[in-house]
Amino acid sequence: MQKIGVFVCWCGSNIAATVDVKAVAEAAKQQPNVVYATDYQYMCSESGQTLIIDAIKEYGLTGVVICSCSPRMHETTFRKAVQKAGLNPYMLEIANIREQCSWIHKDIKEGTEKAIILMTAAVAKVQLNKPLIAGESAVTKRCLVIGGGIAGIQTALDVADAGFEVDIVEKKPTIGGKMAQLDKTFPTLDCAACILTPKMVDAAAHDKITLYTYSEVEAVKGFVGNFTVTIRKKARYVKENLCTGCGICTEKCPMKKQPNEFNMGLDKRGAIYIPFAQAVPKVPVIDPDACIKLKTGKCGICSKFCQVQAIDYTQKDELIEKKYGAIVVATGFNLIKLDKFGELSYGLCPDVVTSLEYERLMNAAGPTKGHLLRPSDGKEPKTIVFVQCVGSRGNSCKEKSYCSKVCCMYTAKHAMLTKDHYPDTDIYVFYIDVRTPGKNFDEFYRRAVEQYGVNYIKGQVGKVYEENGKVMVQGSDLLSNEQVLIPADMVVLATAIEPDESARKLGTMLTASMDTNDFFTEAHAKLRPVESPTAGIFLSGMAQGPKDIPETVSQAGAAAAKVIGLLAKDKLLGNPCVAHSDEMLCNGCSTCANVCPYGAIEYQNKEFRIPGGVETRRIAVVNEAVCQGCGACTVTCPSGAMDLKGFTNRQIMAEVDAICK
Amino acid sequence: MQVNETAKEQFRPVIVAFCCNWCSYAGADLAGSSRLNYPADVKIIRVPCSCRVNPLFILRAFERGADGVILCGCHPGDCHYSTGNYYTRRRMTLLFSMLDYMGIERERTRVEWVSAAEGAKFAATMNDFISTVAKLGENRKLRDLRCKK
Repeated sequence: MQKIGVFVCWCGSNIAATVDVKAVAEAAKQQPNVVYATDYQYMCSESGQTLIIDAIKEYGLTGVVICSCSPRMHETTFRKAVQKAGLNPYMLEIANIREQCSWIHKDIKEGTEKAIILMTAAVAKVQLNKPLIAGESAVTKRCLVIGGGIAGIQTALDVADAGFEVDIVEKKPTIGGKMAQLDKTFPTLDCAACILTPKMVDAAAHDKITLYTYSEVEAVKGFVGNFTVTIRKKARYVKENLCTGCGICTEKCPMKKQPNEFNMGLDKRGAIYIPFAQAVPKVPVIDPDACIKLKTGKCGICSKFCQVQAIDYTQKDELIEKKYGAIVVATGFNLIKLDKFGELSYGLCPDVVTSLEYERLMNAAGPTKGHLLRPSDGKEPKTIVFVQCVGSRGNSCKEKSYCSKVCCMYTAKHAMLTKDHYPDTDIYVFYIDVRTPGKNFDEFYRRAVEQYGVNYIKGQVGKVYEENGKVMVQGSDLLSNEQVLIPADMVVLATAIEPDESARKLGTMLTASMDTNDFFTEAHAKLRPVESPTAGIFLSGMAQGPKDIPETVSQAGAAAAKVIGLLAKDKLLGNPCVAHSDEMLCNGCSTCANVCPYGAIEYQNKEFRIPGGVETRRIAVVNEAVCQGCGACTVTCPSGAMDLKGFTNRQIMAEVDAICK
Repeated sequence: MQVNETAKEQFRPVIVAFCCNWCSYAGADLAGSSRLNYPADVKIIRVPCSCRVNPLFILRAFERGADGVILCGCHPGDCHYSTGNYYTRRRMTLLFSMLDYMGIERERTRVEWVSAAEGAKFAATMNDFISTVAKLGENRKLRDLRCKK
């Protein structure tokens, strides 16, 4: 037999102005099992809470209904209060008579009637509430960072500085990511390598950070605080512990015909290579598709020259299984493929390049040693056309609907840097809008226009084609309403950014939600921007959406703060409102496991005593630490065995009945 | 005739709304904090996810005298539990055909996706739904003889 107390809050005049709170309290007294009902000006205040606690003690209440603001506002507050009085915190129900009643209705009679019905429904539900105890689970105090670009490095450094172990998994042979490929960075024009490479070294030297380069995440099991991750460490064919990074193997390799990924294919590398001079770790890797020794068994020149016998042609992929408490996704981005943009002649004309290729051409460590030479004939271009929003902000299926965010700024940067080195170059920029929201961003762009005399043309490019050694750019100038045709020497396409191709697969492994563009979704766009809705998964950098380096670094720090907050805990309290299977009704059909998005349902063979013996039956068992309490299984279960604690079938039916009465 | 007309005008439908905790319930709260009016006829039941709503709950509501039932969840793709509202969508499609078969007007049941940011949409949806149901009049088809006079 329940003893229920009902507490009606005035919320000052927020509720009391449109709801007769005294009438609601009086009506509550007429409800079955209600032994106490009262109203008070501010239930959430210290004195309001004391009122609740005293009443629970005095009347020996077993259930509490509070008619007040939304449970999203003060459910936790009142649960704590109820708990202080010695009652289970889940013996509480809240009737939302503010947001869903007093604030939307003007008529007192109507408002009061509705408030009484909402109170009745909450009373009907609380009659069926059962004490729930949140389960505890231990936290593995280690963090996995997937992706070793600036986002991953920064998160790893921040977490490691707080004293927790961090592993970075990077699929490329070196950490550094896209930032390592950049020349200078806007708006201050620091050289990317000068600010990034010290951080790469810090990460490698940090005693709490372990680097798994040339490795990929193969499988993820478990849940917040207790992830088990399988990492595939791909065969490098070079022993990392022996190699000194002298690089003689890369010089002697006879197979120097491979396109160099780090330079965007603008020059060649050997079959054994170090991606770039400042790579971390500075250990070469053998490309098994190019190496003659691995393909035919002949050659072996690199091992002959290696003075420390670090080359090992028999190396195999290694699978490493480790436990983590938190996982940070920092998988970064790529530029979209331009094969569907035939009108821009990318791939047909070598002098039409992407912005990242242009970065490499400008970079002192790039294929041209920083001399701007066009790829077709190695001559200095005199006229360069930049095309903005290539594949961004479009409506067609080949284009992305979003803004890639960084292109306006880096184009202004490219234009200025080019003008700095080659002042007599003519530069044209075709744009839809110039977007420069950021500290010192607009000043930067204006400098390009006003000081450097870069010609900005509002309009889009319709066609790019080669004619008499020139790249002809045909576009429209919307401001003067004219068609323009520019004979250029080079065209740079500000190509749209998309999430790395590994993101979708990883999202599935992590059960982390993604948007239609494969960017990871945050738990709340404003209030939880670095957490995934899946507990224990955090987001850093471009994997979550296009952003520049300052933003990436701040997000990385924010993600680290969240990770530290999680790892600092010894035990995690779960949500006790989870699914529960009635083993007497369950027939082990697996239907529930098929709809469970978390893999929280397992099956066991259990012995049941039946008349005349023992019967073994397969039954569903919910892992309460994994279950998030969505309730999909409860509706699917054909035998009615599954129910959701805190939102049981009977509780919801009781609410329905109370409302429809 | 005159009497009947007045009776019809005064008819206030009983409407049950199931709202998922993460999007639609928050949307309803936002409608409240933005002071967007909609009639008091609708009463909201909070569920963790729209996929927690068993079609039997909807039938139960009709049985007990509800004139309309609306189910609100996160937009497809935005479900807090990744896939919950996809199940809702499929289940409700089936339930709609069943209700059709039973002769219950299609307009009495509705599924809407309302995000936590769409307070205005929540209020507009409720206004529209209530006026639609009010036009249809009382739901007599499934009424439970035990609980009505």
